[in-house]
Amino acid sequence: MSKIVYLVPLFPLIGFLLNGLLRKSLSKSLAGVIGCGVLLASFVVSLVIFLDVRKEGFEPIIVNLFDFIHTGKINIPFAFQVDQLSVLFMLIITGVGFLIHLYSTSYMHEESSQHYARYFSYLNLFVFSMLLLVMGANFVIMFIGWEGVGLCSYLLIGYWFKNIDYGNAAKKAFIMNRIGDVGFLIAIFWMFSQFGSANFVEVFSKTPSTSTSILTGITLLLFVGATGKSAQIPLYTWLPDAMAGPTPVSALIHAATMVTAGIYMIARANIMYTLAPTTQTVVAVIGLATAILAATIAIKQNDIKKVLAYSTVSQLGYMFLGLGVGAYTGAVFHVMTHAFFKALLFLGAGSVIHAMHGEQDIRKMGDLKKHLPITHITFLLACFAIAGIPPFSGFFSKDEILAAAYEKSPAYYIIGVAGAMMTAFYMFRLYATTFLGSFRGTSQQKNALHESPAAITIPLIILAILAVIGGFVGIPEVIKPNSHLLGEYLNPIFSLSAKVQGPHEVHASTEWMLMAVSAGLALIAVIFAWGRFSKNPELGEPQGLGKILANKWYVDELYEAIIVRPINALAKFFNNVMEKSIIDWIVNGVGRLVQYGSRQIRLLQSGQVGGYVLLMVIGLVLLFIVQLFLKKM
Amino acid sequence: MPINYYIFLSIALFCIGVAGVLTRRNAIIIFMCIELMLNAVNLLLVAFSKMHHAAMQVTNPNAGIDGQIFVFFIMVVAAAEVSVGLAIISMMYRNTHSVDVNFLNRLKH
Repeated sequence: MSKIVYLVPLFPLIGFLLNGLLRKSLSKSLAGVIGCGVLLASFVVSLVIFLDVRKEGFEPIIVNLFDFIHTGKINIPFAFQVDQLSVLFMLIITGVGFLIHLYSTSYMHEESSQHYARYFSYLNLFVFSMLLLVMGANFVIMFIGWEGVGLCSYLLIGYWFKNIDYGNAAKKAFIMNRIGDVGFLIAIFWMFSQFGSANFVEVFSKTPSTSTSILTGITLLLFVGATGKSAQIPLYTWLPDAMAGPTPVSALIHAATMVTAGIYMIARANIMYTLAPTTQTVVAVIGLATAILAATIAIKQNDIKKVLAYSTVSQLGYMFLGLGVGAYTGAVFHVMTHAFFKALLFLGAGSVIHAMHGEQDIRKMGDLKKHLPITHITFLLACFAIAGIPPFSGFFSKDEILAAAYEKSPAYYIIGVAGAMMTAFYMFRLYATTFLGSFRGTSQQKNALHESPAAITIPLIILAILAVIGGFVGIPEVIKPNSHLLGEYLNPIFSLSAKVQGPHEVHASTEWMLMAVSAGLALIAVIFAWGRFSKNPELGEPQGLGKILANKWYVDELYEAIIVRPINALAKFFNNVMEKSIIDWIVNGVGRLVQYGSRQIRLLQSGQVGGYVLLMVIGLVLLFIVQLFLKKM
Repeated sequence: MPINYYIFLSIALFCIGVAGVLTRRNAIIIFMCIELMLNAVNLLLVAFSKMHHAAMQVTNPNAGIDGQIFVFFIMVVAAAEVSVGLAIISMMYRNTHSVDVNFLNRLKH
């Protein structure tokens, strides 16, 4: 099996090279076939590996390809680690990625063939980087993938580079990611100095004997990296702006895969986090705060993709809450179900935007269920899943996180449930405004409404099935004992942490009650939103608190005022004052000094032979004196 | 005769040569002064050679001989130098009708 592991990232890399280098000569259909085909091949290989990993007595495999950096005492191999966690992520990335590629072949068909191939080459490069991220056997390889996805998100958000706003959104995403990456990089250096290696195996085996304060420092720095990539407070504002890219890109990068990199990293380093309780608290609090903040913003957004973007930020907050309270399985579980239903929501939104000819404002939609039946049904199922209505997939994963949060502190649970209610509310506000009521667009748009072609609806249907049944791999213990398949599957990864944490203490009846409360409240929110917005959607400009929410709590403006403007002012100062009067002065001064000096020395060359001879004699006499008298001293 | 006499004579000749080179402007006289300096050195070499030979004659009959051989070399070089130098000076006179070295300062520009 270890012989075929390298194929998984190799296929997308080949796809990237083919599409990228031959983009001017490839026809659209060929570019699409290459783009999708390599992903399908990767998915099949991942599936083969997965079946192997499921076998009894599987031990994690480390595949050494070559020595990446070998210097002094430091050895960083270019190696892949295959175990339960990485294979699960490989399946999600290649599986959901393949569906999104398939969807893109239809969604992007209006692009010229050169840009079409460019689009697919970026997508393939992105999948390649993401696979590198989850397969790397040390933090350095992970960091390469980490930077790769950052680069690809920049390229894809700015795919329509002629629009300056989109370019700015791309830059924003890149810069915010870089801020987080610095933390990650410092953490890697710290690990080298502390453990002498960045290999997962060595680092984690030395973790238990390391002092808590050092672990806290390293894990906090890693978490800074995670907040950048996974869009948590304070670095979350890039994700909603990243909706500038094509919709399938939003689905792939900003819902299903890239933003889960932070979750993967923490789940991978779970033992370090378990042994650093302070960091865990920070992670949980930040996650919870992000979940609530993003949910409140999502309530008042009117752009279909912005609502989904903030809901992504909010769901990521839940995953971090899960990581923070030690429910690693729950967090990974939520990554998986979220990949299904959020990809579905974004692709559904793409189908709606496609039908509406680029219109993204939900106030101008309504009553689309007649015209887009498949999109409507799949979107509705995804809304149920994200709202946490049993027995859809989101319920199981969210419930697992909330139960673990309750065990840690009931306050986490209460705030978490409030956020879950808001999630249900804004999702059904979005659903009701878009698909129910009466059509509010122009009659021209109305006549052109149509269901999308099969390349769009087939991925929707597949993802809808997954979003509905995906939760059954993790049925809680109290409903049916020993049926948490995902938990059993991931057990080897998290066993060490579980041993440190001790057994779960929540009583079965308490857990039933928690489940009932969260599902019941979500259901109430769904019914309330459905009733309220299907007949009378919010069309006017919001007032009071609503206005603050619609303006995203003015966080962007706050950042603008306290960070961007001072830095711009400082840069202007350096440009106008430091550059012109100090640096230029030094450079010109050196030139002037040389000119002045040479003008003086030039006077010696008089052309008088006698003068030269005199200088020569003086020189000889001086040498003579030095030889005779100074040497003796 | 003590060696000091030779040394002082040689130094005097050499200094006259240097002073001539520095002060005179006529190329031929400068040339002659250079020859004077060379011959001052030759005189010194021969004097020292003779002194060494006299001191070590018993143990080494060839002592001090290399100093005199050196003088021949210098004389050969000086002869070559004279032929080239005089040729240059005669060319210089043909072109400028002068043998004043200060007149030839056009390298400055």
